[in-house]
Amino acid sequence: MNDTSKIITLHGGFLLVLFALQFLLPAYHHGNLARIMVLASYAIGYNIMFGYTGLLSLGHALFFAAGMYGMGLSIQHLGFAPAPALLAGIIAGIVISAALGLMALRTGGVSFMIVTLMFAQAGYLSILYFGKWTRGDEGFVIGQAQRILWGIDLSQPGNRYFAALILFSACLMAALWLVRHPFGKTLIAIRENEDRVAMLGYNIFAHKLGAMVISATISATAGAFYGLLFGYAGASFATVQYSIFPLLWVLLGGAGTILGPFIGTLFMFYLIDLSSGITSAYMLIAGVALVLLTLFAPQGLVGVLRAKLWRWLP
Amino acid sequence: MELGPYLILASLEGAITAAVLALTAVGLSLVFGVMRVVNIAHGEFFMLGAVIAWWITGMIGGPPAVGFGVALIVAPLMVGAIAVLADMTILKRLDYDPERTIVATIGLLYIIQQLTLMSYGPDAHPVTAPFNTRLAIPWVAHGEGGWTLIWPWGLGTTSYKLAVIGAAVVVLLGVWLMMARTKIGLLMRATQQDRDMALAFGIPVERIYALVFGMGAALAALAAVLIVPIQQAHYLMGGDPLLLSFIVVIIGGLGSLPGTVVAAVLIGLSDGIISVFFSPTLAKILATLLVALVLIFRPQGLFGARGR
Repeated sequence: MNDTSKIITLHGGFLLVLFALQFLLPAYHHGNLARIMVLASYAIGYNIMFGYTGLLSLGHALFFAAGMYGMGLSIQHLGFAPAPALLAGIIAGIVISAALGLMALRTGGVSFMIVTLMFAQAGYLSILYFGKWTRGDEGFVIGQAQRILWGIDLSQPGNRYFAALILFSACLMAALWLVRHPFGKTLIAIRENEDRVAMLGYNIFAHKLGAMVISATISATAGAFYGLLFGYAGASFATVQYSIFPLLWVLLGGAGTILGPFIGTLFMFYLIDLSSGITSAYMLIAGVALVLLTLFAPQGLVGVLRAKLWRWLP
Repeated sequence: MELGPYLILASLEGAITAAVLALTAVGLSLVFGVMRVVNIAHGEFFMLGAVIAWWITGMIGGPPAVGFGVALIVAPLMVGAIAVLADMTILKRLDYDPERTIVATIGLLYIIQQLTLMSYGPDAHPVTAPFNTRLAIPWVAHGEGGWTLIWPWGLGTTSYKLAVIGAAVVVLLGVWLMMARTKIGLLMRATQQDRDMALAFGIPVERIYALVFGMGAALAALAAVLIVPIQQAHYLMGGDPLLLSFIVVIIGGLGSLPGTVVAAVLIGLSDGIISVFFSPTLAKILATLLVALVLIFRPQGLFGARGR
């Protein structure tokens, strides 16, 4: 088997397992896995910027929330049907990321991290400021009647799982296609050595902007789906915490790997789920994980797998 | 009622914010300047200072001034020691790589915050001020008998609030004297300018780093001890000081101490005055956007003349 067929077999098989799991899992874990798949799509989006392009953003919650609120507000106030509402959310993500990218990408390294953090914070505060429409911290519920997409009731667990699976598969395949495409390969080259890529005549700024918009589009799509599938949009999804989460998931699963974001999200979700049963200080787990990962395993789980076992892993 | 007395009150409140902010931000700026480390956990060191002050004053009992006096010295030392420990166990092992240390200090933020939640609890607790005389704000009014001094009813400040401003000025002068006039300050400045050259000249750079990180945290803790009689201790109180310090440090020019102090006074005063007349949320939105734009278009800060 050559590498391409190995990659297709592995990822196809993985998606098939996810498809089969919906018939096997008990209700609680069934619901969790649907949530994890949507969050993992968010992490896949984050990974394109952080893992493949080497741009560490601390403000991705802005894009997630842009998708969520673009979708939610257009349903709530403009009376959109779910399909155009999802599209509105995705477009909101694209527009915001392009505008932000044009400015933020003029900086690099630590400044870039702080600039993204500050813009995301401004976004979060704006959601609070326009509380008349967004209902601020409290958020708003998207009713069951507004969540019927082409006659399919997305509040039903079975349909919801299926929608989450379709979203996740699409994001995973898009990411896989991207990193094997020359554009994606250039992104990886920028991560490895920006100066050399510039010397070879590539337009670094355009490539980074492209990576940012693609990454934000996937994140916004995940945000829009999250709001639609679980029927709620709230300002807590725009907080710094939701910018840190994808970083944590990707670091844990393996930055710059296709399966890493899902593995990281799965592990972290259950770790926090289990510990929140014991203590209200469940974010302690996230803190300890972040420190330990940066200290001892910067490659993450799938990264180690690639380094030790399967060198062909994308 | 005239506008004047309110303006004085707003500027006084702003001056207190500015004083505390200057201390916290100078700590952050020192760490960034010397070590090139962006310490996201800085706000949590601030919070730890307040919580430890509450703990010490509760343990000692007796007249408030005694407990507070002990807390003023012990809390910054304890927080400094915790920071030195974090530096030696975590940051040093990361070789002070800028991006990885940011991720690690985010982790540290959650660890400190959540451990405080587990031990200290989710409630806010007050600390009694060592002295608290009410002082009315005088105002000149034109009455029947010409210009007279009046004390508008209900407008006042306390002696403690004025003492906070005084204490902050003294500490800031102390930090400046240390940096400019002492041997250890010289070593810090040498390390800041060129780490490798400092190492070549036999300066113990690792120890300087640990010291600076501890000092930065201790300054934040000191600021928190000063403010805690005015504002209660709570495990989430580190968020706002962190954000504001970032704003101040960036506008003042990364790593420049005088710029940081000037920016702290400016931001503190305008925050006090803007919050009286406009929405505090709007003020914060504008401030965060200003920071992002300054970083993009004027990375050396509004006051930092030196280019790096």
